Amino acid sequence: MNPAFMRLSLYAGVAILALLAPILVPDYRTQLAFLWVMIVFALTWDLQGGQMGYNSFGNILFFGIGMYACAVLQRDSGLGYFPALFLGMGVGALLAVAVAALLGSGMLGLRGHYFAIGTLGLGIAAGELAGGWEFIGAGAGMVPPLFPGAIGGRESFFYYLCLAVAAITFAFLRWLYAGRFGLAINAIRDDEDKAEAMGLRTTQYKTTAWCISALFLALSGAAVGNMIGFIDSRETAFAGATFGVWMVLMAILGGKGTLWGPVIGAVVFHLTKELFWTYLLGWQRVALGLLIVIIVVFFPRGILGWVHERWPERFGRRVEGSEVKQ
Amino acid sequence: MNNLQLLFDAPVLSVQLLLDGILIGAIYVLPAYGMALVWGVMNLINIAQGELVMLGGYVAFFLYAAGIHPLFGIPLAALLMFLFGWALYRSVVFRIVDKDLFISILATFGLSILLQQLANGLFGANVRTAESGFGTLLLFAGRVTVAEIKLASFVAALVARAALMWFLKRARMGQAIRATAQNARAARIMGVDTDALYAWTFAINAAICGAAGALVAMTWVVHPYLGLPYTVRSFMIVILAGLGNVMAVFVAALGLGAAENFAGFILGAEYQAAFVFGLLVVILVWRRFSLGRKRKVLR
Repeated sequence: MNPAFMRLSLYAGVAILALLAPILVPDYRTQLAFLWVMIVFALTWDLQGGQMGYNSFGNILFFGIGMYACAVLQRDSGLGYFPALFLGMGVGALLAVAVAALLGSGMLGLRGHYFAIGTLGLGIAAGELAGGWEFIGAGAGMVPPLFPGAIGGRESFFYYLCLAVAAITFAFLRWLYAGRFGLAINAIRDDEDKAEAMGLRTTQYKTTAWCISALFLALSGAAVGNMIGFIDSRETAFAGATFGVWMVLMAILGGKGTLWGPVIGAVVFHLTKELFWTYLLGWQRVALGLLIVIIVVFFPRGILGWVHERWPERFGRRVEGSEVKQ
Repeated sequence: MNNLQLLFDAPVLSVQLLLDGILIGAIYVLPAYGMALVWGVMNLINIAQGELVMLGGYVAFFLYAAGIHPLFGIPLAALLMFLFGWALYRSVVFRIVDKDLFISILATFGLSILLQQLANGLFGANVRTAESGFGTLLLFAGRVTVAEIKLASFVAALVARAALMWFLKRARMGQAIRATAQNARAARIMGVDTDALYAWTFAINAAICGAAGALVAMTWVVHPYLGLPYTVRSFMIVILAGLGNVMAVFVAALGLGAAENFAGFILGAEYQAAFVFGLLVVILVWRRFSLGRKRKVLR
């Protein structure tokens, strides 16, 4: 079959399934909305971790900024529900991008593990600060306004909102990776000094990539804050121990440095996690910790990485003799 | 910021904070040495460092609950954590030693979540302490108070540090560890069994973290989630002092203890954790810019 046609039918199939899901399985709308959020997490993490080689543990910072900014705007702007929500998403995204740009020159100059641990500190510090700041509810948390529509409309609305954010993120990153930008950040991953010597403005590229991640994370954060209906500084907004780790894990599980890898990883991980939460009540976090260790130690290439290794010729890679060329 | 004014009005308060901070800082020295040891010898950044401290604290608490005085609990906690560290190396850590640093960071991060959640499931989220029965010392006619327990833990931390230094300098295994840190390949050629040596290194790291944990349990409290700040403090101390510099680690740890104590007083206790993590970011960025001026990067 024609590969272009296959690809098209794959996208069409996913799109139809995604659009029809709230009608087919109305009971699982919130879980499925979270699935789209997870896909945004994994994709935006992979933009640095996989494609650029900058493994961030603190991207949750932007998620939390988006969530809080939107909720504050909804509380103080005095607009109607929907205008305030969409304006809040926009303002949150802008704020997150500004923070990413501001932190970028300092943080992105750090290499490798220093960047990883520095961003870890950043995410936790944000959570601690938010937990003490009265203006945004401090430790008592914030409650976004109630959804005005009919009963059941809320779940469908946020399902489609999260779907839209995930779809835009995917389409945007797909376009980005196909062009010069994708090549540039891959060059930074492979050898940053050489990339700089070739005349790439590495700091600009790195900061831009971080800003893009921040933008989409803030959008999803604003949506999730309203979807959950309660914002806690450490448990939902700056949830480094849950969302913050999961985004890394999902990208690695699916295969980092690929477009579809994070998506596949997010789907597999989300299903596994929901099963843990249902059947291992009380011990689910222990199981998750174990899962991280097992995946990282035994399966660091991820699902797509394994598939690429197994059938390299399907992905347009030349195979000489029986030896697999990387 | 009212507290800042208070500091100027009553200078003796500064003495109190400084003294407390230095005594506390001595406890930070131990996991920082452990981290520098594991990082330098095995090229592995152990994010589960703080969880080893936490587990050492629980060992000390359970020994105390069994009727053993906490001061005797310190060597016992170190011994038990030595065995635990050995088991951890033989089961998980040996698989990630020769992988790249990101894999080892993520794997030990998973380990840290695993240990912390296991402790939460097994021991409960309650706050525990090992009561030592020490009193309070009064200095400067009662204007500066020093909890004797902090003094005792300061001395104990110094003893543990001296024991570690003696081991690394004099014992045959310690010399082999230092040789491996200098050049792993050369050490292997000279007949050092690096796998066994890594197991020793990680177990020693767990032991000194365990001793620090016992001190934490005596001085304050233990709970399952106390780990991460200790990891971050150790990391911060090590990058400030450099990997090989024993004395600088000591000074940096005491300085961090004092700085944290002042920050906790001036900003309020609820921001003390935020200060620790924020300071990490500031130090990293500062190191990056100071090296960047010489066209170098932090590696």
